[in-house]
Amino acid sequence: MFFFLMININAQQTPAAKQSNPISIEGATAHLGNGQVIENSLIMFSDGKITFVGSAMMRIARIGTVINAKGKHIYPGLIATNASLGLAEIDAVKATRDFDEVGTMNPHIRSLIAYNAESKVVESMRPNGVLMAQITPRGGLISGTSSIVQLDAWNWEDAAIKTDDAIHMNWPGSFTSGRWWLGEDPALKADPNYGKNIDEIKQYFLNAKNYLASNSDTKHIPYESTKGLFDGSTKLFIHASGAKEITDAITICKELGINNLALVHGEGADSVADLLVKNNVGVVLDRPHRNPNSEDDAYDYTYTIAKTLVDKGVLVCLGMEGQMERMNTRNLPFYAGTFAAHGLDKEVALQLLTSNSAKILGIDDKVGTLEVGKDATLFISDGDALDMRGNVLSKAFIQGRDISLETHQTKLWKRYSNKYKSK
Amino acid sequence: MRKLFFLLLCLSFSIVKAQDYFPTDKGVKTSEKKMFALTNATIYVTPTEVIKKGTLLIKDGKVVEVGKSVKIPKGTIITDLDGKSIYPSFIDIYTEFGLPKPKRAPRGRVTQYEPSREGYYWNDHIRPDTNPIENFKFDNRKAKDMINAGFGVVNTHLHDGIIRGNGLIVALSPNSSNAYRILDQKSAQFLSFNKSRKSNQAYPSSRMGAMALLRQTYLDADWYAKGNMENKDLALEALNRNKDLVQIFETDNWLDATRADKVGDEFNIQYTIVGSGDEYERIADIKALNANFIIPINFSNAYDVSNPLLAQQISLRDMRKWNQEPSNLSVLSKNGVNFALTTRSLKSVKSFHKNLQKAIKYGFDKEKALASLTTIPASILGKTDIGNLKKGSYANFLITSGDIFDAKTTMYENWVLGDKNVINDMNIKDITGDYMLSVNNKNYDLSITGKGAKQTGSIKLNDKKVKSKFSFKDDWISIILNEEDGYTRLTGKAINAANLMQGTAYDTEGNESSWSASQKMQKGANKKDASKNKKKSDDITVVPVSYPNLGFGNYTQPKTETILIKNVTIWTSEDAGILENTDVLLEDGKISKIGKNLKSRRATVIDGTGKHLTAGIVDEHSHIAASSINEGAQNSSAEVTIEDVVDPTDINIYRNISGGTTSAQILHGSANPIGGRSAIIKLKWGENAEGMIYKNTPKFIKFALGENVKQSRSANGVRFPQTRMGVEQLFVDYFTRAKEYDALKKSGKPYRKDIEMEVIAEILNKERFISCHSYVQSEINMLMKVTEKFNFNVNTFTHILEGYKVADKMAEHGVGGSTFSDWWAYKYEVNDAIPFNAAIMHNAGVTVAINSDDREMSRRLNQEAAKTIKYGGLSELEAWKTVTINPAKLLHIDDRVGSIKEGKDADVVLWSNHPMSIYAKVEKTIIEGKVYFDREEDKKKRKAIAEEKSQLITMMLNEKLGGGKTRVPMKRKDRNFECDTLEELKN
Repeated sequence: MFFFLMININAQQTPAAKQSNPISIEGATAHLGNGQVIENSLIMFSDGKITFVGSAMMRIARIGTVINAKGKHIYPGLIATNASLGLAEIDAVKATRDFDEVGTMNPHIRSLIAYNAESKVVESMRPNGVLMAQITPRGGLISGTSSIVQLDAWNWEDAAIKTDDAIHMNWPGSFTSGRWWLGEDPALKADPNYGKNIDEIKQYFLNAKNYLASNSDTKHIPYESTKGLFDGSTKLFIHASGAKEITDAITICKELGINNLALVHGEGADSVADLLVKNNVGVVLDRPHRNPNSEDDAYDYTYTIAKTLVDKGVLVCLGMEGQMERMNTRNLPFYAGTFAAHGLDKEVALQLLTSNSAKILGIDDKVGTLEVGKDATLFISDGDALDMRGNVLSKAFIQGRDISLETHQTKLWKRYSNKYKSK
Repeated sequence: MRKLFFLLLCLSFSIVKAQDYFPTDKGVKTSEKKMFALTNATIYVTPTEVIKKGTLLIKDGKVVEVGKSVKIPKGTIITDLDGKSIYPSFIDIYTEFGLPKPKRAPRGRVTQYEPSREGYYWNDHIRPDTNPIENFKFDNRKAKDMINAGFGVVNTHLHDGIIRGNGLIVALSPNSSNAYRILDQKSAQFLSFNKSRKSNQAYPSSRMGAMALLRQTYLDADWYAKGNMENKDLALEALNRNKDLVQIFETDNWLDATRADKVGDEFNIQYTIVGSGDEYERIADIKALNANFIIPINFSNAYDVSNPLLAQQISLRDMRKWNQEPSNLSVLSKNGVNFALTTRSLKSVKSFHKNLQKAIKYGFDKEKALASLTTIPASILGKTDIGNLKKGSYANFLITSGDIFDAKTTMYENWVLGDKNVINDMNIKDITGDYMLSVNNKNYDLSITGKGAKQTGSIKLNDKKVKSKFSFKDDWISIILNEEDGYTRLTGKAINAANLMQGTAYDTEGNESSWSASQKMQKGANKKDASKNKKKSDDITVVPVSYPNLGFGNYTQPKTETILIKNVTIWTSEDAGILENTDVLLEDGKISKIGKNLKSRRATVIDGTGKHLTAGIVDEHSHIAASSINEGAQNSSAEVTIEDVVDPTDINIYRNISGGTTSAQILHGSANPIGGRSAIIKLKWGENAEGMIYKNTPKFIKFALGENVKQSRSANGVRFPQTRMGVEQLFVDYFTRAKEYDALKKSGKPYRKDIEMEVIAEILNKERFISCHSYVQSEINMLMKVTEKFNFNVNTFTHILEGYKVADKMAEHGVGGSTFSDWWAYKYEVNDAIPFNAAIMHNAGVTVAINSDDREMSRRLNQEAAKTIKYGGLSELEAWKTVTINPAKLLHIDDRVGSIKEGKDADVVLWSNHPMSIYAKVEKTIIEGKVYFDREEDKKKRKAIAEEKSQLITMMLNEKLGGGKTRVPMKRKDRNFECDTLEELKN
């Protein structure tokens, strides 16, 4: 009995089966993810796809199971961009860490195959409405290739929404730390090697381009994996901060013929917004729940940056890279809420986790909004999902599948609540 | 060539002074006792005693007489110094002259906890036994540099360790021998917060550890002196021997200066403090130390701000430093701080005068400048025979062409112990000026500039430069003119009295003719010069200092106001719950009235309609505002306290109040099972450390369990304990020993005062409370059982992520839980951490707080409190208590803060919205009736920062375009202290 219990608490929730019956959700306030809201809505979906989005006042037949969600809110499944869910279970335990490969130029390293669909951290996303994520490797100059998954699957293959969607590159900074071990001030100083560092990247892509143009007999695996960058089928996510770095990165990539770009982090992007808009570069912002980069920055710099960029016409979504990023990914809705607290319209803030993310990730044909024909990946929340007090999920669906909202954590909660109750 | 060298060597030896009783084999024994008289000079006997047209009579390296009418004995060598000045040579009392830099001990694979030395104190960084005479070697090259900069005497010591032993006073006389030039071989004792390079012993690893170590060392030295130790301890013996010496303490910044002074005061030792040049940032605090200072003058170059994208990364704090630091000496001096100057931290001694002249331009008084280089350093060392030219003092003096602090003045000679050292040959005439040069019926303009042998001339004909070569040597002028019609060579001499030069010219063919040059009227030039100088000094703009001296600092401290907040929704955190449309009156720093329709004539009225007022948030677990967090080099560090290292300049204080946090416990980290004592502070941005720490602060100490204390993430951890089993025994051991210690102490018998034991005994006596970092249920239960055995309770478990598994036991024990709202998965021991923890513990009757342990989270604890509603369904009222009254209760400050109740401190926050709504923003944060954060004021501050940066950037551009040296832009690194952050002390 004890043994059974142990197994039980360590096992992941069973992934939901394919949608067999149509479902109609009626009466909720629907936040479509494209900025629109429908009060007292009717949403219907079957075979995993949304078949109807409209008002519950419409005289139309409700098909399949009808869920009364009066007073509740319905949202498209939230998307975590630039996340690393499933690539590590416990940060401090090396054996569980699979996100950072050795080497500096690793475009061929693919995150998808290491994605642990049964991670306890992954399942803890769902009760907060985070249902999809871009799984991204870390480290090096070119970290590797990401893939986009949905968060209720038996294995990585089932999880994949878009395989090998993008290559991620860490653009060098123009500041470097003083070598304290040589008695230098450990503060950051302008890096004299900055020019050299970016030249290396340029050269690498030029070599790759030349290689791809030639008909070489011997395969160069890393160069092969960059092919999509030059024909536009693979996006290049440039992880860069600083107006100078961002400008350099975009200009150089364009020169190299890499045009399908996104910017990650983008500290200082506000001063080069025109460049981003002109080149159709979306920005994956860091969490607002971090400290401003510089002592002189306004305390709310990280809270207001989204509005600043949105106002300038930049396409913006929310990313997750940083401290304790995996476990914190479940706080995604509250990050958007914080942006909304500091000036962004609430529905626009929601777009940062839904339609905008889908656009930047190139999956907006399938997900990101509540629209007919798209995946029925959505959830019902008792209240405002961007607010901790309202974010209480009663139902969540991924591709129409009625997924479990139980986790390792909810089981422990129930187990111990019962322990004291029975006393 | 070799012979010549040998000869020179002999010669140089022969002039070295020899003691009379030494035999000689070089010839007949001679003894020459020269007497010198320097006449007609302006003599600075001291900075305040100046004799015009005076005579200085010296013999045997000492001043025999000084005055206006000195009788000059026969046989005296007389030098007429008409128009020249004599100053006492300078003294630098903080050097490492003639001492080798200690070699770093090789580092082993594992951390070294034990000392390397035997027969000395248990800590290798306590080295009062260091006597540098053993390693002293007169450094001729360095001596020459110092002599050329005007220094005659230095005090030197080995810059190594926390207690560094004594110093030596050395006269910089290259031609003398150590037998004469060592004026005192036991001049002072030196201390610092830096570890010895000679040992890798890990303790202390932090500033607060170094402070604790100093205290314990003083206590042990006293115990030793009273004959209570059976063993020999050469370090303690030396410390006791050095007790009566001047104690000189090196610091790295003004905060450390206040910390060093604090330790000294506790043991009735007034340290002389080696400052760092930033004293102007908190001059009132520096002044209040009543200490003598030794101040460096190393001014940084302007940043190269020509690239705006790089320039925008430089913090205002660093820009200000460049602008403000030249005013440091002036500020210190105007505030009556007594200080000597040092060349310490200068890359080259050559820049000393340039920097000093800059300081004078920034308002430093010249008389004070001279005193800070002569009489003050002498008096700090307790010497009366150096630093002045009174009768009987050492004949250490400088001969200059005039005012020694004027850039145009030439320093001719620096006499040390009566020996002349020539800096610039005094006999070289000053021929600088503008001349009309007449050669072969042509009139040229000749302009001569420079000093001494380096005087050089340039020649123009009808305002066009003529190629020429000028030299001035041995009083002979030679000029080569290179014109289209060939070379003309001129040679001749200057006739000073007539401001005239004349001589013979030779043309290309060798034809001779005579030439002459006569000086033009100087008036016009002088006038131009003066006006130029005037303009320059007008240019000096020193931007004002703020508190703290960085962006968002306050220029004036907020005042206690009478504030009436009307019609606001009040979250009382008391049984009263939420009061709608109610007024609150804040008076004299307290919440004086809560009610409807309150009135006050004096009060500033704030309309609270639609807004929410709460008590200030209390963070039970924070690591902001401290210079160090962990003293992890021992398994117990109860002797250290964060109160020693509170850092009021941390921008996170401001960011925290912008999120409504007003009180925080700054906890020691979790590197060891028994950590250090806490500082409980109010986040009074702009105040100093003392002003922030709670008065009569409740006493707390950090304990820790689990992975961190057993060094789980260190590959080479060897420190006991390495398992949870060991952790229990460690506690049992310390509690047992503290109990025995306390019993002995209370018995009235003599006992060795041990700070660590004192602190742990306070815990046993229920005078100090434990806040224990904890994760898994086994260890939580263990600590409760151990303390119960010793008859006291754990006050708080912090983190306590598995508290929900033993919530019933916690309630029974009476311990509170201060936890994260939703952190987990960062290490193995948080595998079972669940966000429902707070709710389960609360439901089981445990007092629950939500804490941050993170400088970012601590600025939005309202959101974290709201998560207890989502996870586990706490009511809104209970949820809000987890960040206000509950942590206040856990910290024993609930009588003062944590709720809105009449009589409590006026620590309140005005929110735009429901405080636990994600959309809530802080409008005002008030602490003790003072508005420390105001959204509108904040906007003004942002604007001011941008404006000041532009102003400083313009100034730096001017500096660069004016030919000043610059340095590459620098970006300040964000500092992030968490539980497991380890600081490295310098060595």
